[in-house]
Amino acid sequence: MITYLIRRLLSNIPVLLGISFITFTLVTFAPGDAISLMLGNETANPANIERLKQELGLNNPWYIQYRDYMLGLTQGDFGTSITSRQPVLEQILARFPNTLLLTFSAMLVALTIAIPAGIISAARRNKPEDYSTMLLAMLGVAMPNFWLGLILILFFGLELRWLPIRGMGDLSDGLWDFVSHLILPAFTLGTALAAILTRLTRNAMLDVLAEDYVRTAKAKGLRTSLILYKHALRNAIIPVITTAGLQFGSLLGGAVIIETIFSWPGLGLLSINAIRQRDLPMIQGSVLVFALSFMLITLLVDLIYSSIDPRIRYG
Amino acid sequence: MVKQSLEPSRRVVLGNRAFRKFTGNPLAVTGTFLIVLLVLAAIFAPWVAPYNPLTLDLLNPYQPPLSPGHLLGTDNFGRDILSRIIYGSRISLLIGIVVVSIAATIGTFLGIIAGYFGGWVDETIMRVVEIFYAFPFLILAIAVIALFGPSIFNVMWVLGLVSWPLYARLVRAQVLTLRETDYVEAARAAGMGSWRIMFRHILPNSLTPVLVMATFGIPEAILASAALGFLGLGVQPPTPEWGVMISEGKDFIRRAPYLITWPGVAIMIVVLSFNFVGDGLRDALDPKLSKR
Repeated sequence: MITYLIRRLLSNIPVLLGISFITFTLVTFAPGDAISLMLGNETANPANIERLKQELGLNNPWYIQYRDYMLGLTQGDFGTSITSRQPVLEQILARFPNTLLLTFSAMLVALTIAIPAGIISAARRNKPEDYSTMLLAMLGVAMPNFWLGLILILFFGLELRWLPIRGMGDLSDGLWDFVSHLILPAFTLGTALAAILTRLTRNAMLDVLAEDYVRTAKAKGLRTSLILYKHALRNAIIPVITTAGLQFGSLLGGAVIIETIFSWPGLGLLSINAIRQRDLPMIQGSVLVFALSFMLITLLVDLIYSSIDPRIRYG
Repeated sequence: MVKQSLEPSRRVVLGNRAFRKFTGNPLAVTGTFLIVLLVLAAIFAPWVAPYNPLTLDLLNPYQPPLSPGHLLGTDNFGRDILSRIIYGSRISLLIGIVVVSIAATIGTFLGIIAGYFGGWVDETIMRVVEIFYAFPFLILAIAVIALFGPSIFNVMWVLGLVSWPLYARLVRAQVLTLRETDYVEAARAAGMGSWRIMFRHILPNSLTPVLVMATFGIPEAILASAALGFLGLGVQPPTPEWGVMISEGKDFIRRAPYLITWPGVAIMIVVLSFNFVGDGLRDALDPKLSKR
């Protein structure tokens, strides 16, 4: 286990270098007019462009720039935002917990929908419950999440006025204020994953229900619910949890869109605003943080996976 | 030589069985039918669409669905929504097909090379794959498009370039097993060159899963391009792209919810159709993967 852990950590180093190199090239090899676009029409005279290039170090050869970039990263220097003149990392760290809150809530939504729905579907295989669940699951995958978000805003926010549709709640205004702001964005973000995981739970359950030990349990006369939850679910849940973890990246990607729709003050909204304002260091920093957190989560899922499933032994 | 005469006949038999299995799947047939309809609508858009999708009719904005002459209604500029959706299918299908072609071509090529040669070639290619996997797909696409500027052309190559690793991994795994088969061994013994073995013998036999993955890749690319259009990073208005239509309609969501409803429904139908066909193909072509 320890050797596996160390090897797994070491194998991330080239990936880490690759990620940082890609984010580095995003700025360095960006098309030339990116600089003038960044300055806007009024201020884009040659002198200002030259000054900005100097400031970003764009006049040095690329390997010097890469060295400086990497040195900066190791010291927590992700550059300075061009629009706000604040350190990039500071702003990212201020927003990132909000994105994590949103993605983990979405994950929770997905799992709380998918696992019971998948179990029901498998237990009532080829019955109306199964067909309707599978139909919903297919719709859930096919629906664009930004569209679903708008429909939910229209229905629960604007028509029924049950839930707030913009921004994030504050715990000091009570728990409901906090939770109610989270419901629509988390649900919107979690739907597609819920649909994927429902199908997966159903199929994993069906696989397990065909096993001999389940037949033995049935033959012993155990209650169906006991067989479903104790014997079958425990074994069926492993691929579901793994896929949930590996889908974390798509949740992070989806968060960019969902945060924009619901004005959720997270990293996604920060990066979209950075893109709109052509704030290159900020774009670079947020892409890097997205990739790093995705990598860490994947590593974590791997380790959890290997520790909950005793059949897996890594040499 | 013996092998060459055996292989095609076996494939025909399998093909017949797969075809019957596919046509026996009602969802797959429905999906195929809808896709054919959509492709026809896209090709013949100028004849099928009742109006020009860009023509403004400022006297008749916000016509509700089913109003005379406008089956799905008109938008805030009085443009006919049905016509815009029909023209939008051109863009979505084009993006879906081009993105998947780029990704599948690059991925298959690199996957075969990695799997066949092994060693440092494999190591290098798979490291690059891992790096691409480390980025949430949409975020990398958004960042690159943001730098190069939003356009349909940029959307296509960027989405293609960020999704090839999926195919590379899939094909590599195929090649690893095919590499050890008797007919490859025989070809090698007969003195056939590596490239010829790879592309004449291994490639045709590893294309089935690629075809299935490509079928699922098209709706994914369509969803991604719609999301980019919605964010203002894809196809630009006034082009009638479905994501752009939803983005334009969201400002009038209370007054005319159907401005966003129809393009969303269009996206869903396309994505569902391709997913049905993908499921059907997978079940028909690869019995090991078929589900209950």
